[in-house]
Amino acid sequence: MTAPTTPTTAYLVTGVSPLGGEPTDLLLADGVIAAVGADAAAAAKDRDGDDLVVVDGTGLIALPGLVDLHTHLREPGREDAETILTGTRSAAAGGFTAVHAMANTSPVADTAGVVEQVWRLGRDAGYADVIPVGAVTVGLGGERLAELGAMADSAARVRVFSDDGKCVHDPVLMRRALEYTKAFDGVVAQHAQEPRLTEGSQMHEGTVSAEIGLAGWPAVAEEAIIARDVLLAEHVGGRLHVQHLSTAGSVEIVRWAKERGIDVTAEATPHHLLLTDELARSYDPVYKVNPPLRTAEDVAAVRAGLADGTIDVVATDHAPHALQDKDCEWSAAAFGMTGLETALSVVQQVMVDSGLFTWADVARVLSVEPARIGGLADHGRPLEAGEPATIVLYDPAARRTVAPAEHHSRSRNSPYAGLELPGRVRWTFLRGRPTVADGELAPVAGA
Amino acid sequence: MKHLLDARDLTRDEAVSLLDTAEAMAQTQSRQIKKLPALRGLTVVNLFFEDSTRTRISFEAAAKRLSADVINFSAKGSSVSKGESLKDTAQTLRAIGADAVVVRHSASGAPHRLAHAGWIDTPVVNAGDGTHQHPTQALLDAFTLRRHLSDGQGDLAGRHVVIVGDVLHSRVARSNVELLHTLGARVTLVAPPTLLPVGVEEWTCDTSFDLDATIAGDAAAGAPDAVMMLRVQRERMNGGFFPSELEYSRRYGLDSGRLARLESVSPHAIVMHPGPMNRGLEISAEAADSPRSTVVEQVSNGVSVRMAVLYTVLAGHAGTSQEELP
Repeated sequence: MTAPTTPTTAYLVTGVSPLGGEPTDLLLADGVIAAVGADAAAAAKDRDGDDLVVVDGTGLIALPGLVDLHTHLREPGREDAETILTGTRSAAAGGFTAVHAMANTSPVADTAGVVEQVWRLGRDAGYADVIPVGAVTVGLGGERLAELGAMADSAARVRVFSDDGKCVHDPVLMRRALEYTKAFDGVVAQHAQEPRLTEGSQMHEGTVSAEIGLAGWPAVAEEAIIARDVLLAEHVGGRLHVQHLSTAGSVEIVRWAKERGIDVTAEATPHHLLLTDELARSYDPVYKVNPPLRTAEDVAAVRAGLADGTIDVVATDHAPHALQDKDCEWSAAAFGMTGLETALSVVQQVMVDSGLFTWADVARVLSVEPARIGGLADHGRPLEAGEPATIVLYDPAARRTVAPAEHHSRSRNSPYAGLELPGRVRWTFLRGRPTVADGELAPVAGA
Repeated sequence: MKHLLDARDLTRDEAVSLLDTAEAMAQTQSRQIKKLPALRGLTVVNLFFEDSTRTRISFEAAAKRLSADVINFSAKGSSVSKGESLKDTAQTLRAIGADAVVVRHSASGAPHRLAHAGWIDTPVVNAGDGTHQHPTQALLDAFTLRRHLSDGQGDLAGRHVVIVGDVLHSRVARSNVELLHTLGARVTLVAPPTLLPVGVEEWTCDTSFDLDATIAGDAAAGAPDAVMMLRVQRERMNGGFFPSELEYSRRYGLDSGRLARLESVSPHAIVMHPGPMNRGLEISAEAADSPRSTVVEQVSNGVSVRMAVLYTVLAGHAGTSQEELP
């Protein structure tokens, strides 16, 4: 996945704090971090004939480019909600350099042909590496395995498989998927939702749903599947990833599974780290999401699970929807909220500003671990000389009021509209080429 | 009061005032000429996305007796079944000149969206939304209770109302729990555990699984002053919420034996039902037709209460003259 041409412009970033540490200089040239520290300025001077851009990194934090394990780009099929181009522009604006595109498109990404198309469209767009996720079952139907091996062997090199949006609820099928993907070091990413317990469900089942009369989505419907799946993974030895874990009970189960040595990883979304089911009282479908927003106790448990490493990564579950699919009554509305352009800010507010996380922890959960789980060799790398110049420069002191109309996503269904959040992405570099330059999207080759 | 969406929105004084207005409206309904000029020139749209002939004609009668023009819009055979959105329907009706919209919808919160999404600025009256609220039903029930238990005045302080049946799916139960609490009454919900929502423990009422003990007055609130039976919807019978109709009827139906025991512990107690009744399921014919049944009276009280509600939300809007209040 190298860019079509090697960038000729070099960037000298001065006084920047890698992972929030001591300020130093970084020279980005020829697609890599060419030099770090005192060597950087000297090396920049030696680069005769090259364009050199000096970026004042004072006050900025350098992180490896963010990697999202859970993105809906909607193309092919729902280009009115998002395209691979608009979705990756949104990703770049949020500091992401790689996004895993979920398979629930139309047609479903369940063949080598579809995943290769998505991958190529991502390359053409150029704003972030698009890593297709393959469907576990044909058409997300939950009945028979899709051609997982063909997708793994395709140009898209699929390693993450998920029926996201639907749960692989048949225990035999889930067992087979966990077993089969071992042949190519794949991982089965499970949308944990027991279907019978959630028929017609609209929001978290609890005090608020009882009062406002929306059909409940009980925590046990998530926890029962996670408990089953970790035991299956223990039995057959496959690699399990739990998507958008949202309840206190789920955190407990994953913690227990890890203590037993089961090969399981888990993600939490920014919205499950910040928002609660109380927001449903407005009946505004911008807060309708699957799994649903949970209680304040669940939010606290998810934060604690992220802080102690039970939860490995933060993934956005960026789910853009066309306006008409949200501008209606709650039960008619689609599930999902956008998140690429707010994820880092939410993590800063919830985890860093509260003292639970260092910036190195942020890099771990938003870049290093998602890259490892997804099998991406050139993302989530250390900020050292010789590594890919795939980084984000972030100003944690900035404040902004979220205005979805300003977002680069084609859709406007951000639950943070009107909320003031910390931080701002100033630069995003993908293999030495800026996709965001001084706070604005940069034109990229192929776009 | 701009809208009436949720029984919870009413303070005690607002609720009592609405009931007093309804009482004044009811006085006019015993006259030979029932029609009042109060809402002359205003248009009320009954926007019914869900079948409910009873509630619709009650609102229609209320609006017409106040001299409002009434447009009935039902989803069946309309553009809604062709995929027109709630938003477009609402804006169309506003453009036609609706001064108030009475909405019935299968989606909980649909009236709330109509009132607050910025689509229209028309007063909205909730005529029942999904499994959420049915505030005019709660008001007419409170009105009926007040007439029988509090001489048609003030609130319902100290009274004990027992509500029996499918609380989980009932907007009537939710609205009544909130309004009766506001009016100072004690409420006990009686249902099989499968028909009580998770989270009901936070409600301002008691719950019981045992109808006989509750009728006998074993609850902290003592013997009931009123027993309200909720309709069991046909689709619940096949939903696995209880084993069979017969078992439901045996455990939770108001049959002649339970009616007799209610009479012995609480001679003044009334029996209520929002209708339509499943005779022989949640209520026996004897109970439904007994002198203490207020089922028919509730229907006529519904018109008076809805007159009061329409008058209150439209009062102060252009074209309404306060001095024409009966």
